[in-house]
Amino acid sequence: MAKGMVVIDVDRCKGCGLCVQVCPVGILQLSPDAFNAKGYHPVMVTEMEKCTGCASCARICPDVVFTVYRKKRVRKSA
Amino acid sequence: MSVTVNIPADMEVVYEYPRSMNKVYTHYCPGCPHGILHRLIAEVIDELGIQDRCIGVAPVGCSVLIYKYFNVDFVEAAHGRAPAMATGIKRTNPDKIVFTYQGDGDMAAIGTAEAIHAANRGERLTTVFVNNAIYGMTGGQMAPTTLPGMVTTSTPMGRDVRLAGYPVPMSEILAQTKGAVYITRQMALDLPSIVKTKKAIKRAFMAQMADLGYSSVEVLSTCNTNWNMSPWDSMVWAKEHMVPTFPLGDFKMTDEVRALKVR
Amino acid sequence: MAKELLKGNVAFAEAAVRNGLQAYFGYPITPQSEALEHLSKRMLELDRVFLQAESEVAAINMVYGAACTGVRVMTSTSGPGFSLMTEGLSYIAGSEVPVVVVNMMRGGPGLGNIQPAQADYALMVHTVGHGDFHAIVLAPANIQELIDMVGLAFDLAEKYRTVVYIAGDGSLGQMMESAELPPMKPLPTERPAWATIGAKDREPNAITSLFLGAEPLEAWNLHLQKKLAQIKENEVRWQEYQTEDADLLMVAYGTVGRICTSVMREARKQGLRVGLLRPQTLWPFPAARLNELAGQVRGILVSEMSAGQMLADVERAVAGKCPVAFHGRLGGVFPMVDELLAELKKLDQEVSK
Repeated sequence: MAKGMVVIDVDRCKGCGLCVQVCPVGILQLSPDAFNAKGYHPVMVTEMEKCTGCASCARICPDVVFTVYRKKRVRKSA
Repeated sequence: MSVTVNIPADMEVVYEYPRSMNKVYTHYCPGCPHGILHRLIAEVIDELGIQDRCIGVAPVGCSVLIYKYFNVDFVEAAHGRAPAMATGIKRTNPDKIVFTYQGDGDMAAIGTAEAIHAANRGERLTTVFVNNAIYGMTGGQMAPTTLPGMVTTSTPMGRDVRLAGYPVPMSEILAQTKGAVYITRQMALDLPSIVKTKKAIKRAFMAQMADLGYSSVEVLSTCNTNWNMSPWDSMVWAKEHMVPTFPLGDFKMTDEVRALKVR
Repeated sequence: MAKELLKGNVAFAEAAVRNGLQAYFGYPITPQSEALEHLSKRMLELDRVFLQAESEVAAINMVYGAACTGVRVMTSTSGPGFSLMTEGLSYIAGSEVPVVVVNMMRGGPGLGNIQPAQADYALMVHTVGHGDFHAIVLAPANIQELIDMVGLAFDLAEKYRTVVYIAGDGSLGQMMESAELPPMKPLPTERPAWATIGAKDREPNAITSLFLGAEPLEAWNLHLQKKLAQIKENEVRWQEYQTEDADLLMVAYGTVGRICTSVMREARKQGLRVGLLRPQTLWPFPAARLNELAGQVRGILVSEMSAGQMLADVERAVAGKCPVAFHGRLGGVFPMVDELLAELKKLDQEVSK
């Protein structure tokens, strides 16, 4: 089960590829075939189960494409 | 395109769209750091809870349309005059938070006088100064911060310092003014530097909120379109070539600014 | 309020204070610096905003910023400083914020001198910097009128969200005469809905003069032109002196207009039936009334402390209905009564042929 997940607002993406460079688990790539509404090859996730929810992609993205989720930390109750 | 995504119940959101940013598409080229910096400013405005008393001053340059992207009040200045306009706003509305967003031409060429005097008067303003060493909007001409030897559309043989002078070290100059309380140069060229830049922007806004004086965050940036590089390559190039001319760091930070707790 | 002996520059500055001036930004320039000096003390006494800027370029942009937040704001300057302000004024015009600027004109071109002149007429009346626009231009002829026009300038600026100039000259700024200041008015407490003072419980306001597309900018220009048409319709002001029986007419504004009242009296003593039309608004120009009078009189003499800048507007208004003569002095020299009298006699002879 993945620790994190990202939701991509596909039509905001301009395919600049900065997120692809910084993703520490290497699960982002620009869609080789698909185009978005603006005519760019948008980013896509290849293996969501590897996502750690680190938000590196969101922090470098110039177009606020990503919403990032992470598994809630379970605090051990005393 | 509307997509409904089911978020598992055990997941919490760790990054979402900043409330102080309008949900519209920007006109910037793919990979342009303006988008990153807009987002950082919006995050800071959100975190400081100042959206409803914040007034931005837009520059002339690629970010001329910045007012379309923020969910805060904005005015549009003439090229280089943002610090003067911001002074007029802040002096008549001292309880508001006023920031200028300026490029290198705005700040270090046509508006040098306004920038230095606003800093020297210690205007309670925050400037985000984006330095990408080129005039992007007008098509890639030489900027005051263009590196020696750098080819632009108005220095086709490279910037000859005998003809065109040297890159203007604006942050070093501003740091000489007594009215400035926080003058720093950061870069937005990789993940760690983006995180640091956000912290600097936050400190600069907090310095204004604490009524301490003028603050400016210079951010080394790129123009992959006019530099003819991919977005990532331009970031690598900037780190390698701009940082030696424009060293990073805090050129001025008063004790009061240092004491601000920036989370 | 009683009459007191007042210097023009101090008088308009104090009149602004009493009309609710909330902020003043300026740069010293002769012959109007006394206004800035007066405000440097008065505004701070009253806990209002005064700032000596680093240049007229900065001053007008500070004015622009303050005006965007809906406060009463003004600046004052003279020729060379006014040239520097034209950039900011164009932005102010294009983004529809109310601003008042006093220009105590001096001799040009270039550094020229600091003597009184009316050489900035074309720059003030025919354009507001770059782009298509007109400011409302008020032209006082004495200190009482200067005082009264300050209140009017603010009211018009706010009513039409536009730029209002007061076109004086160095002599009006420097001379002293007895006049009455208005009572102190309370400062406005409310800001207009368009003001950029923080998007609290409303959508954000953006004040800009930028319209990227051709059609949107044309639409915006048409909106501005409509406003100018309204101003033309409603705000033309002038004063007439003994025009009822006049068969010769003088047209002059400001200080020269005042000189011409003496010329008129002297001419009438010598048997010439002379009248005077003194425009109080240079834009909008009292063209319709002038056209009427041109049908009544045999000839018109225009006088200015310039090479003939208003002359073009007079000729356009007269539209060939009668001959138009001109007598101007340059570089800070006043046209004197005997000179103008001689010009009137010459005109009288020419039109009697």
